Amino acid sequence: MPKIVHGLAAALPLANVDTDVIMPKRFLITITCEGLAEGTFADLRFHDDDTPRTDFVLNTRPWHGARILVVGDNFGCGSSREHAVWGLVQLGIQGIIGTSFAGIFYDNARKNGLALPIVSPEVRDQLMQAASHEDGVSYTIDIENRIIRTGETELPFDMDDATQTAHLEGREDTLNSLEFADANRNYERGLDDQQRVRVIQ
Amino acid sequence: MSPKTLYDKIWDAHVAHETDDGTCLLYIDRHLVHEVTSPQAFEGLRMAGRPVRAPEKTIAVPDHNVPTTPDRVNGIDNEESRIQVEALDKNARDFGINYYPVNDVRQGIVHIVGPEQGWTLPGMTVVCGDSHTATHGAFGSLAHGIGTSEVEHVLATQTLIQKKSKNMKVEITGKLNPGVTAKDITLAVIGETGTAGGTGYVIEYCGEAIRDLSMEGRMTVCNMAIEGGARAGLIAPDETTFDYVKGRPHAPKGAQWEAALTWWKTLYSDDDAHWDKVVTLRGEDIAPVVTWGTSPEDVLPITATVPSPEDFEGGKVEAAKRSLDYMGLEPGTPLNEIEIDTVFIGSCTNGRIEDLRAAAEILKGKKIKDGMRAMVVPGSGLVRAQAEEEGVAQVFRDAGFEWRLAGCSMCLAMNPDQLQPGERCAATSNRNFEGRQGRGGRTHLLSPAMAAAAAITGRLTDVRELM
Repeated sequence: MPKIVHGLAAALPLANVDTDVIMPKRFLITITCEGLAEGTFADLRFHDDDTPRTDFVLNTRPWHGARILVVGDNFGCGSSREHAVWGLVQLGIQGIIGTSFAGIFYDNARKNGLALPIVSPEVRDQLMQAASHEDGVSYTIDIENRIIRTGETELPFDMDDATQTAHLEGREDTLNSLEFADANRNYERGLDDQQRVRVIQ
Repeated sequence: MSPKTLYDKIWDAHVAHETDDGTCLLYIDRHLVHEVTSPQAFEGLRMAGRPVRAPEKTIAVPDHNVPTTPDRVNGIDNEESRIQVEALDKNARDFGINYYPVNDVRQGIVHIVGPEQGWTLPGMTVVCGDSHTATHGAFGSLAHGIGTSEVEHVLATQTLIQKKSKNMKVEITGKLNPGVTAKDITLAVIGETGTAGGTGYVIEYCGEAIRDLSMEGRMTVCNMAIEGGARAGLIAPDETTFDYVKGRPHAPKGAQWEAALTWWKTLYSDDDAHWDKVVTLRGEDIAPVVTWGTSPEDVLPITATVPSPEDFEGGKVEAAKRSLDYMGLEPGTPLNEIEIDTVFIGSCTNGRIEDLRAAAEILKGKKIKDGMRAMVVPGSGLVRAQAEEEGVAQVFRDAGFEWRLAGCSMCLAMNPDQLQPGERCAATSNRNFEGRQGRGGRTHLLSPAMAAAAAITGRLTDVRELM
């Protein structure tokens, strides 16, 4: 997972962008994680006849190559579909700067190395305004120091310790938990003495 | 011992390991699985050569993209959907997990099947790769949605890596007025807190109006906790809970029942427990509500008018403009003059027997408006059978509703049940997002009784006028 995300930033000012918007459900009928870039923001990016919508930021210059999004409040709300995160990453998005993210989306992002720095509404507005400039602007998200850099400016962001560690160490959660197999076994042994989670077949 | 909330108690009882940064390995009692968010997880297990750690605690059922028309017994036409359902068939078989295939009478929406079969019990941790897993919190269990990577993690380890959320209390005091239901409560709460108001919290719903609800109603309330941004919603178990659970196929019996009951009775928030946030609504103040926009927080009483973007501030002004444009609505229009062409009754929010009864009560002896497309999709095969037996199904058929087989159907329109662009639907489901019920489709969320009233009049209607 990248410790530093650097790239062109695009502004997506809508509040409450839900995972149905990020990845419409017709792209969920798949048994793999692949080929989801085309589904990402599909209804915002394309007309019904699949021609690109020129009013969508990622379809306009210079932002078609954006790596970072600056977004409205409560981004990623709605369904648990990890396809939304897979699709964003496959589209080349590596960081999303916002004021708040839905819980499941936030966890899914961590699992896929998509950085979600949380900033205050004032900082977000400032970054969004700058990102809207027609020349385009690049930001650097420094995960280790929890700082967003642009030019000479350094702006702090929030990221909980566990998420930061996951990004920095690139740890694989399943393996990590298997290391705790003993704790798990002990816990399960404890259950035998209680009635509460017995399985009735 | 310091006082604890119900959430604290369930959390503490499930921590298998805690690390220095406060991250916990949480033991999972029940893992529910459906066809859309699980194939990649099972594939991950295969690639790594791992078994499912606790197949006896893992329950799968296809629901999201299965057709609900009677001809589905002949197979699924859509090739991609069929592949996904067949993948679940195979995964269930290969990994030896509990399974209700599409033509089993017990098949249905995963959040209706779990409680119905007694898999969901008080004090448990329940997860599923679906955000509406919050439904199971109605039993006093900690239940929430997870992503596909986490589905794989739970399959492999029967644990989840989690950080504890904060505690939020939502109290609904007093009694509800006639015509006001659990759906109106849960929508009114989201209208109050906003869709991000619960972010970072687990909500406990309490108060007289919540205590007075049936289990079906409590499931409706908890179901939409996620729409308020909360990790989970839950309600302390009581006699209503125990009565519902007792005798279900996978509920404890005999001495095990007695032992379980002893523990379940300790599952409540202590009087002086700490709450990070408290929201209180008076039951008497809640009216039958509908949504006007494309976010579940866009809630108003049916007696109100469509708002104007100027009524809002911040990013919400732009969002309201866009919502009104998408919904094709003019500010100032009375909500009860909005004409609709489709009615959908069903979903994990409102697809249980009590929901169907409430709608049928309004529909009895009446016909839906000419040209109206009205559909009722029971939440499970067993709900459907019960509705047939009680005569509820016949009321729907006589009124002109299509009477379908169980599934998620038009709640998320992954199966053939979809809105066409510009069509306007009164829906008992949980999300009014753009395109949720079909590209360009417009959704108004409401209760089953309100949906029935709208089917009769052809417009959003105050159900109290028909009572």
